[in-house]
Amino acid sequence: MAANLPTQVQGGIGATQPGVQHDEHAHHDEHEHHEQGFLSKYVFSTDHKYIAKQFLITGIFWAIIGGTLSSLFRLQLGWPDATMEWLKPFLGKWIEAGKLNPEFYLALVTMHGTIMVFFVLTAGLSGTFSNFLIPLQIGARDMASGFMNMLSYWFFFASSVVMFSSLFIETGPAAAGWTIYPPLSALPQAISGSGAGQTLWLVSMALFIVSQLLGGVNYITTVINLRTQGMSMSKLPLTIWSFFLTAILGLLSFPVLFSAALLLIFDRSFGTSFFLSDIYIAGQALPNTGGSPILFQHLFWFLGHPEVYIVIMPAMGMVSEILATNARKPIFGYRAMIGSLLGISLLSFIVWAHHMFVTGMNPFLGSVFMFLTLIIAVPSAVKTFNWLATLWRGNIRFTTAMLFSIGFVSLFIAGGLTGIVLGNAALDIQMHNTYFVVAHFHLVMGSSAFFGLWAGVYHWFPKMFGRMMDEKLGYIHFWLTFIGVYLVFLPMHYVGIAGFPRRYYAWTGFDTFSQFADLNKFISIAAIIAFVGQFIFIFNFFYSIFRGRRATENPWNSTTLEWTTPVEPVHGNWPGAIPAVHRWPYDYSKPGAAEDFIPQTVPYSQTQSSNLPYEREME
Amino acid sequence: MTTLGIVLVLALLLVVFGLLFRLQILTSIFSGSSTREVGVSNRVNAILCIVFLVVGGAAFAWSFIDNYDKMNPPIASVHGIATERMFWTTMIILGIVFTLTQVLLFVYSYKYQYKEDRRAFFFPHNNKIEVIWTLIPAIVMAGLVFAGWKEWTRITGPAPKDAVVLEVMGKQFNWLVRYPGRDLKLGVVNYRLIDATNEFGFDLSDQNGIDDFVAPEIHVPKGHPVLLKIRSRDVLHAVYMPHFRVQMYAVPGMPTKFWFTPIKTTDEMRAQTGNPKFNYELACNQICGRGHFAMKLNIVVDEPDDYVAWFAQQKSFSEQNPDVLASFKQKSDKMVEKVSATQAAATVVPVAAKASL
Repeated sequence: MAANLPTQVQGGIGATQPGVQHDEHAHHDEHEHHEQGFLSKYVFSTDHKYIAKQFLITGIFWAIIGGTLSSLFRLQLGWPDATMEWLKPFLGKWIEAGKLNPEFYLALVTMHGTIMVFFVLTAGLSGTFSNFLIPLQIGARDMASGFMNMLSYWFFFASSVVMFSSLFIETGPAAAGWTIYPPLSALPQAISGSGAGQTLWLVSMALFIVSQLLGGVNYITTVINLRTQGMSMSKLPLTIWSFFLTAILGLLSFPVLFSAALLLIFDRSFGTSFFLSDIYIAGQALPNTGGSPILFQHLFWFLGHPEVYIVIMPAMGMVSEILATNARKPIFGYRAMIGSLLGISLLSFIVWAHHMFVTGMNPFLGSVFMFLTLIIAVPSAVKTFNWLATLWRGNIRFTTAMLFSIGFVSLFIAGGLTGIVLGNAALDIQMHNTYFVVAHFHLVMGSSAFFGLWAGVYHWFPKMFGRMMDEKLGYIHFWLTFIGVYLVFLPMHYVGIAGFPRRYYAWTGFDTFSQFADLNKFISIAAIIAFVGQFIFIFNFFYSIFRGRRATENPWNSTTLEWTTPVEPVHGNWPGAIPAVHRWPYDYSKPGAAEDFIPQTVPYSQTQSSNLPYEREME
Repeated sequence: MTTLGIVLVLALLLVVFGLLFRLQILTSIFSGSSTREVGVSNRVNAILCIVFLVVGGAAFAWSFIDNYDKMNPPIASVHGIATERMFWTTMIILGIVFTLTQVLLFVYSYKYQYKEDRRAFFFPHNNKIEVIWTLIPAIVMAGLVFAGWKEWTRITGPAPKDAVVLEVMGKQFNWLVRYPGRDLKLGVVNYRLIDATNEFGFDLSDQNGIDDFVAPEIHVPKGHPVLLKIRSRDVLHAVYMPHFRVQMYAVPGMPTKFWFTPIKTTDEMRAQTGNPKFNYELACNQICGRGHFAMKLNIVVDEPDDYVAWFAQQKSFSEQNPDVLASFKQKSDKMVEKVSATQAAATVVPVAAKASL
């Protein structure tokens, strides 16, 4: 094992700015000797690891809420004629004469989308793992600015409080869909959720965007400036590359959503007409003219499309890392993986209008966006093939994290492929806003990203809490969820091909949409069982924090830097100096090496038997 | 009391579950399996991967075949046939890729499960393979884009000059339909003129609007291009006609359009589907509020002769609502002569309707 001992660099000299790095390091060393108060350790913590846990636990809270909402509307869709009287104790006036109020149904759909996309899969996923892994994997004591990092969480927390409280107000939460298209979202006359509920939604999202920007600036700065000695950009684990690019996407696109929200606030409250024109509603002609609802959609999707990559890219990064570790093989095509991440990031900014093919937008523009959209399939395909090639001739250990990573690849393929149908404008005419779309994005960004999240939690849990999660419960959780997800979303494609519109309270009024009552019932049952099954995970998570088997320093025999820290990393991450990095993060099963992994901290001089020709020069 | 009972039962179940869980951990410690790095569970999971692939694949195939008829609403427009063919061609390509990649994923997972005496193959990259599997999807995508682009330009191209024109207006929560009348010109509408009677906001000082008529459902002739003009008077809606493969948003302040050619009359479709109550339906497909799910409008595809006969029977809005017309008359004296002139020419209607074909 001598070959695997991390070599230490005195003083933890940084790769880019040695002087600055040194000062900060000294400060941290000093800091460690102070006992931290309860508030500064657990509440207003500036330690990236605690902030990560705060994001994670808040995210889990939101996931339970978001899942519960979906179970409620799946009840309505599966059994449109059944009485809902028994839900009256929970939902109160939203149950009218035994029926779910249709506006509240729309509110459920809206809040489910908002919560899952932003609060769980953006903040909960990227917030948790960018925070936790960036400093640990690049070899930094903490984020560039711990204070901003703390603010990022607390802005998210404030945003969560506002959004959560909007669930309980009298006129109901926002109900215009998670995309809040005006004029519906601008006019309380149109739907009651567009009153105070929508105001709270907008305020909450404004806070959320601030949180994202504070976090994003920090992630980018940290990755660029605080890498340890030897950690060049081409030695970064793919996780860091994905977090880095995700943060850039967020930084460039969230401000555009902010501007859209701001203009919508103006339209709602100050009588402007950015998005409103020629409207007669509730017996009254409104004075607004000249605005364009389509403008809002352009602004919204300029964020909205990068947003789906903000959601999925961290999952891609973590899955790459976990697949390599547990297949005991280097990730196949490391550079191609980075290249495809870069390609996806770039393209994600110029495909947004494929959400708008049939909005009345100029058809020529539709052609351009169809072309750009279908290009993005290429880097996605490359990633998929590379994951498959990583498994090929590996020596696979099925940890729970590994299973979720394999599940991720399966779901990403299943959901990604149908994007090729939807990106084709001619085919989108029929498929737009049907359940085909719902099935597509729930697989490719919803379930996949969730699988990435679970994989990450199972994989890095030992480093987060110093204990292991229970594997058997993990296996049950995986298989139940994996099968459940397919049972829910595969049949949804059939419903979509038949043309069933999304966001429908019931389809019983149409003969055209009458044929799938049984299938909808089936989907609802599968969805509710899969959701209830998540409590296995929640039990496992909280139980293992306190009672799980104690972890070792590097339980997965992984190569990356975070596994060179103590079982539970201290404030500042490494008790001594920060280790230097000598090699890329995927030296698994290298021919000639003693072990089947060589940590990044091992210099080539110690591994002469396994060095490749070009590595000899670096001995 | 029952609630208390349920809570108690749930609590007991949780306790039992917790005990079982604890027991399981203790036995695994006892048997020593918890200390082994890679235990029996690795093999179990590998087998489950294959079981999942085989059983899941079979279930998928069966359910797909079983539901195939139900998921294909009969097609009733010219471009619908073309897009339908493209859709299923694309789906076949995707199906092949889907099957191949999923089989590889789970077969690899099974085949390369952990063996104590084996070491993984160090295979960091291979430029040749990578170039090949970048190019192949790029070429396939190029083909799909080209086919899609061609069809899309044809569908969204300008409507034929002789297309039958009608206008659909979305409002919370139903659709309004108007036809241009025998002059084949839709009159001006203005949202500020909307009230309980004048739901469309007809501006009857516009000569073209005098003979416009509103209809409770859409009638279109078979085999003839139809240009749908679409507008909304409150929030976003979307005209969605699944049988015709037509979809377009209704946007307040920005009229939109979509043209298509129906190929089967309602009666023909009733015979084909064996459903005497079959109707073409128009649904709203953009969230618009409480009644979103109930914004239905029937579409009737007639034989051309029947359409002409139907068209001839319709009474113009101005004729049905003399009060509204009178209010505009007061505003403009000049109107009077013109209106009487049009009434004198009322016998020409059937001819005009034919001309619209």
